[in-house]
Amino acid sequence: MAGSQPPAQTGAQTGPQTGAVPRPALINDARVRAIVYQALTLAVVVWLGAEIWTNAVSNLERANIASGFGFLDTTAGFGIVQTLVPYTEESTYAQAFLVGLLNTLLVAVVGIVLATVLGFLVGIGSLSRNWLIRQICIVYVETMRNIPLLLHIFFWYFAVLRSVPGPRDSLEFLGSIFVNNRGVYFPRPVAEEGFGLVVMAVAVGIAISVGLARWAKQRRERTGQPFPVACASFGLCVGVPLVLFASIGQPLTFDYPVLQGFNFRGGLVMIPEFLSLLLALSIYSAAFIAENVRSGILAVNKGQTEAAYALGLQPGQTMRLVIIPQALRVIIPPLTSQYLNLTKNSSLAVAIAYPDLVSVFAGTVLNQTGQAVEILFLTMAVYLTLSLLTSLVMNWYNKKFALAER
Amino acid sequence: MPTHASPLTFVRTQTVPVSPPPRPRRGVVGWVRENLFSSIGNTVLTVFGVYLIAVTVPPVLDWAVFSATWSGTGREACLREGAGACWPFIDAKMGQFIYGRYPLDERWRVDWTFFIGVAALVPLLIPSLPYKGWNAVFLLVPYPIIAFILLTGGVFGLPEVETSLWGGMLVTLVVAITGIVASLPLGVLLALGRRSHLPVIRMLCIGFIEIWRGVPLITVLFMASVMLPLFLPEGVTFDKLLRCLVAVALFSAAYMAEVVRGGLQAIPRGQYEGAQALGLTYWQTMLFIILPQALKIVIPGIVNNFIALFKDTTLVLIIGLFDLLGIIQLNFTDAEWSTPQTAVTGYVFAAMVYFVICSGMSQYSRYMERRLDTGHRND
Repeated sequence: MAGSQPPAQTGAQTGPQTGAVPRPALINDARVRAIVYQALTLAVVVWLGAEIWTNAVSNLERANIASGFGFLDTTAGFGIVQTLVPYTEESTYAQAFLVGLLNTLLVAVVGIVLATVLGFLVGIGSLSRNWLIRQICIVYVETMRNIPLLLHIFFWYFAVLRSVPGPRDSLEFLGSIFVNNRGVYFPRPVAEEGFGLVVMAVAVGIAISVGLARWAKQRRERTGQPFPVACASFGLCVGVPLVLFASIGQPLTFDYPVLQGFNFRGGLVMIPEFLSLLLALSIYSAAFIAENVRSGILAVNKGQTEAAYALGLQPGQTMRLVIIPQALRVIIPPLTSQYLNLTKNSSLAVAIAYPDLVSVFAGTVLNQTGQAVEILFLTMAVYLTLSLLTSLVMNWYNKKFALAER
Repeated sequence: MPTHASPLTFVRTQTVPVSPPPRPRRGVVGWVRENLFSSIGNTVLTVFGVYLIAVTVPPVLDWAVFSATWSGTGREACLREGAGACWPFIDAKMGQFIYGRYPLDERWRVDWTFFIGVAALVPLLIPSLPYKGWNAVFLLVPYPIIAFILLTGGVFGLPEVETSLWGGMLVTLVVAITGIVASLPLGVLLALGRRSHLPVIRMLCIGFIEIWRGVPLITVLFMASVMLPLFLPEGVTFDKLLRCLVAVALFSAAYMAEVVRGGLQAIPRGQYEGAQALGLTYWQTMLFIILPQALKIVIPGIVNNFIALFKDTTLVLIIGLFDLLGIIQLNFTDAEWSTPQTAVTGYVFAAMVYFVICSGMSQYSRYMERRLDTGHRND
């Protein structure tokens, strides 16, 4: 199409007064070409889709594999080591799906919390004025993020947690936490009668604190008077419930794990698969989060700090009121994508058989039913939904907190 | 205007006593005081840091160096009481870690593929050397063909080597390099499509990119290993490694597209308008004006993508291919070398290999970023 410029130029402006200009050939008309290109692309995509569909249908028929989502109501017939909702071998595949999904969410949420805490500590540490701390943080980030996540997981699972002693010689912490190769056992808190009151007190405390914070903010904007919101909220949310808890006779007992035969009974157990996946995910993602935090803080202009000092703010206030709010604007978008990565990376659980969505559903259920298309579709749809939801929230956040440019 | 001395007025009659000289800021002592003990908080942090180093470094060093076994021909050497790393295991299995089960007599083919690749790549990476264009063309067009012929064989009298025999570093590099080389043109096309004015093409590209970016790689690999065969007509099958390569290439193309899009967005509008004013067509504008500038900006992003992809190649072991990590793990089951330290030694070795490669690439990308920075960015 090298020689097509002159007609294409005139094609767009078919003349108001120059009736003599000939209509360009159809092939050079930009609008016609756009429509043809799009129609062709669409035709290829539709043809490809149809081809895949017919092949899949005939292949499935030949292999005698049922199709459709009817299999979800059949009995699963396999056990799962960690279930957050009631589940037995008689449960259906749909329930197995739910168990897997909840396990994925559990490890993702706990991992996100741990990774954020560690990542912020390391990220701030790598900007510390203390040379030693700075070097430690830099070495941590460089090492951890250059080693594949799967290797982290294998290391914790096969090399560390497999080498702790068996249940009989468990490592003991504080007399009630036991670590052995079957997992980590904690005492489980059991709520007794009256504990609901304490929970209610906490809820009421939180509600009052929110109102208090709003009132304090309005008053500060009106009069400039600060109000110690943090202390007051702490007292309302923690102090009052604690006093209540003590005064009605401590309605909370603990179910301690005890060694019976070859294993522990009772208590809360954290299976080694969960623990190693959690450690690997948090340690690996923390390195990336630390980098985001570091670059976010560095992105705040030095003049901001100087201006804050010139106004007489203390270093702590400068950090809290000037630097962090501006740094967060830079940090939060990449931070969310790290959270999303962590959630997606939790699918590596399948390598050590932690019963997450991929391992339970795209692993065991797929092997039992052979319905690859439906199962992978559902699994991918879950992750896709999570990521679309996150990006919706992200877009909303970006609009809300974007710098108002003039 | 009162001129008399008010009781509040104070006039100093004596000079201020001389302040002591400031603490030295130079020299070892000054540096230590400035950087480690400048305040109480800082001192606490230093003590904490020293404690951290004291609990981590000596045991690791002891395990990896002082108590480690350095020579031996079997597990007996590593079974001592209190033995550390079992390095002879790595030494004995090195061939497998590099070539997998590639036939011994044919391993020279892997070596040659590697050397030709390195010989073509190194001049490309050193900025001062000429003929970059031809070099790149060689790497992108004839080299993959040469590599394919050398590695799989079956022609020119080379015996055929099935891909099920490939393993170790060979598979890791094949997956990573194919992934990145195939994903670059695909990613550029997708990025252009995403910014296209044609709604159908734009929607298709957005859909493609977001779907692949929204799902974990492991589900994509599962899809390649169990679902792709279903999509093909009866009788058409292709190799597991190839299916995995297709999946990795499509997956990383979606990420590449986003990187390239970032570069495209950074090109000022004037560049497009200037090209239009010169009468260039869309593809001419893109090829000669926009992409050369955009790709230059995103080189660090492309390298980061490559590092991520290189680390992600470990996932192929989940669908039963033996990459470096897979083959190391496979060798733990060898009774000849079964010792309590074998697994840890293998993992640490793998970690070191990945660390050296990934860290080297990121250092290089930082160097290129500084070098290519033409000062046009306004930050």
